[in-house]
Amino acid sequence: MSVTAHAPAHVDDHAHDDHGHHHKETFVTKYIFSQDHKMIAKQYLITGLIMGFIGIAMSLLFRMQLAWPGESFPIFETLLGKWAPDGVMDADIYLALVTIHGTIMVFFVLTAGLSGTFSNLLIPLQIGARDMASGFLNMLSYWMFFLSSVIMVISLFVEAGPAAAGWTIYPPLSALPMAQPGSGAGMTLWLVSMAIFIASSLLGSLNYIVTVLNLRTKGMSMTRLPLTIWAFFVTAIIGVISFPVLLSAALLLIMDRSFGTSFFLSDIFIQGEVLHYQGGSPVLYEHLFWFLGHPEVYIVLLPALGITSEVMSTNARKPIFGYRAMVASILAIAFLSTIVWGHHMFISGMNPFLGSVFTFTTLLIAIPSAVKAFNYITTLWKGNLQLNPAMLFSIGLVSTFITGGLTGIILGDSTLDINVHDTYFVVAHFHLVMGISALYGLFAGVYHWFPKMFQGRMMNKNLGYVHFWITAICAYGVFFPMHFVGMAGVPRRYYQNTAFPMFDELTNVQVLMTVFAIIAGLAQLVFVYNFVRSIFYGKRGPQNPWGSNTLEWTAPQKHIHGNWPGKIPHVHRWAYDYSKTYENGEYIIPGQDFVPQDTPLQENEEELNH
Amino acid sequence: MTALLTLTVLVLVAIAIWQMTKIFELSQLKTEQATAEIATDSDNKYNGYLLFGFLIFIYGITIFSFAKYTKVLLPEASSAHGGEYDQLMWVSFAIIFFVQTITQALLHYFGYKYRGEKGKKALFFADNDRLEFIWTIIPVIVLAGLILWGLYTWTNIMDVNDEDDPLIVELYAQQFNWTARYGGEDNVLGDASVRLIDIDRANVLGLDESDPNASDDVIVKELHLPVGRKVNFMMRSQDVLHSAYMPHFRAQMNCVPGMITQFSFTPTVTTAEIRLNPDVVDKVKRTNALRAKWAAEGRPDSDPWEFDYVLLCNKICGKSHYNMQMKIIVETEEEFNKWLSEQSTFKETVSVNP
Repeated sequence: MSVTAHAPAHVDDHAHDDHGHHHKETFVTKYIFSQDHKMIAKQYLITGLIMGFIGIAMSLLFRMQLAWPGESFPIFETLLGKWAPDGVMDADIYLALVTIHGTIMVFFVLTAGLSGTFSNLLIPLQIGARDMASGFLNMLSYWMFFLSSVIMVISLFVEAGPAAAGWTIYPPLSALPMAQPGSGAGMTLWLVSMAIFIASSLLGSLNYIVTVLNLRTKGMSMTRLPLTIWAFFVTAIIGVISFPVLLSAALLLIMDRSFGTSFFLSDIFIQGEVLHYQGGSPVLYEHLFWFLGHPEVYIVLLPALGITSEVMSTNARKPIFGYRAMVASILAIAFLSTIVWGHHMFISGMNPFLGSVFTFTTLLIAIPSAVKAFNYITTLWKGNLQLNPAMLFSIGLVSTFITGGLTGIILGDSTLDINVHDTYFVVAHFHLVMGISALYGLFAGVYHWFPKMFQGRMMNKNLGYVHFWITAICAYGVFFPMHFVGMAGVPRRYYQNTAFPMFDELTNVQVLMTVFAIIAGLAQLVFVYNFVRSIFYGKRGPQNPWGSNTLEWTAPQKHIHGNWPGKIPHVHRWAYDYSKTYENGEYIIPGQDFVPQDTPLQENEEELNH
Repeated sequence: MTALLTLTVLVLVAIAIWQMTKIFELSQLKTEQATAEIATDSDNKYNGYLLFGFLIFIYGITIFSFAKYTKVLLPEASSAHGGEYDQLMWVSFAIIFFVQTITQALLHYFGYKYRGEKGKKALFFADNDRLEFIWTIIPVIVLAGLILWGLYTWTNIMDVNDEDDPLIVELYAQQFNWTARYGGEDNVLGDASVRLIDIDRANVLGLDESDPNASDDVIVKELHLPVGRKVNFMMRSQDVLHSAYMPHFRAQMNCVPGMITQFSFTPTVTTAEIRLNPDVVDKVKRTNALRAKWAAEGRPDSDPWEFDYVLLCNKICGKSHYNMQMKIIVETEEEFNKWLSEQSTFKETVSVNP
């Protein structure tokens, strides 16, 4: 690959000049309407974590209902009020909890909380830029995300209850308030919230793309980008391509709901009367939804994989194995992710031939995913593994990514999907492969870059270990047996399974899963405590605590506007020169097993043509 | 008053914890090291061992789940295409478990084996084209095989045609129940539309009374199927999305308002026969033991159970989605014909005078 820098030389000169005169910062401009990417990253993270807290708490409530159906719990009455008369959960609120749990976790935690946080924090710092291309758009993006979060939370308190048609909100259920109380004001707020969320996501993504393309420092060619940046960059591109389609689906649904159009509705007789809708099709909605919905999986997952690549390589003290293949598989996954959406719709009533095409593309996407998994495993081979909490979460991610990914072979096969479609088998699959894996990526990122976010303070490692091990065991404890529940034929989104004696013997499994889920939920409190406490009392570590090569660790611990006090560092090598030696076995820098990216090529040193 | 007291106590406890952490902090100041929160050799050692232990845990939970839960899975398929479905499923599973066992072993064993130690040198190993080629091409071949097999089966299953004189049955979904409609003597369904529904005159499925094919249609709340004869299902929904899920027959198709969806299968095992299947006999025994225990505790829904095929709704459709079901009875051709002839036809049930 060419070593010539693509970054225009004047960028850092200008930035350097500008840097001398600081604006006076007030509390409001520093902490609230900040345009600094580091502060915005923290805002994203904390908002995301709060939403995550709500989302996980909801899952515990409905897991309790599933394990002990119809049982009365005082906590239901406390938290759900009129929706749990005498402490018994109502069937409508069960569906609402499931719906909002999915929405919050997928969009608010794993899209905004994960990609928003780390794209903002790492893109400028790792490519050597003073800030994002547009700090103002970046601020706007966060505040729109915040607004959409607030609206989503407000929707929980409307009279008829929040949206309850499943996170996919398929019409006509989501379109007709007579079909379900949650499809009234609750659904309106859901749609408004999501529309704002999409706008926020688009503003963010465009900013990330422009920043990565234009603001790389001298020497930072695309092939020297850390894999984190590749992942964020490609994620942003997928987002720009697919999120607008969800927006159009949401807009059309709003029109069907409020203005009497028939995009998705036709031939409906409900509560004793025929509605006027004619000619629309719910299948059209499914196509539009999944055109985003499937790429969304990768929008959630790719940043987590990018973080894992970086954390794993740093802590293994080894270069990531197969950098080129990793980039190629990110690109392949991104491309394929936009043409596999139909595998959610094999039995939706669409033409079976279409199903065949989507089976083909879906199983193709397993190939780059497999390559990634093998490359991670090889990265560990003959390493000198520093098992910091971030590293454990990265290894955990690869483990759940494999376990969850493999069952995708069954679900992606149109034939096999027939009998496991919409059962707990699907729930187990996607929780492992995208839910848990992406959460592990988020945790790995938080533990690893905490010192970068909070001015050198570090999180307590022992609490980190406790957090990881309990979570790791419980994640498998919840989702491994769940595959069997699905293969026994239990449909998802059932308020209780008592109406079918054939599911009676599965009651024990439900209890087992719920117990694991509750323990896992409690373990997250350890994380919350560690996180909050470390912000104020965490021990300050060295400037480059993990001995990492990437540029963010060359910036001072104390956050300054513009990231580097002097000139922006120039880049002379890729990000993965860990344990690189001369032919005689000596490290490139004596006594140090890593060579930061801003270190010029040494004499006699060969640059790796990766 | 109690509330105020509790609040005060909580506030005091919070202050106490805060003060204690402060004291803890101060006492730590002297010994604070910059590297305190970075993994040491002993952290690496313990977590390395734990990673190995975790591998054993993964294998353990796999074996446990298989030993304990295999028996709760669905019995052998009761439809003609179901056999091939099951076979493809087991082959896919065998591949998955093979890959899962090996990759998890490598991942966690490497985590244990190569745990960090001061002074140890990692291997600078950035690329190997041959290795990468191998693990690209192997998935390509395996997946190509699975795709071809899967698509062949899929095409066969989804080919709904009129060969072999299929029985035509309409499955009609609404919140929150199912209705079945047979074509009657002529085995042809009369035209229908939700716009023709007339509840007062008991035309609940909106049949077109002017269509001669409609008059002998039979509308029932229990699905009867003759064994060994192909059944073509035409599915409709009158309100929201539903999904007709018949797990014992490895059959499922969504019911979509505004369109007619189709699925077709041939039942191969009668209800009477499946009740004698050893797996089913055991399952019923276990379930009834459980239900007897529940009955002793005075719980509802705990009458003894007799196995029946069932049609479930498997697409979220509202409040009672969890209880939208219809019994399916597979019987011999003679039994089926006898049953059908005993049902009243649409012409007999629809009231002429509103």
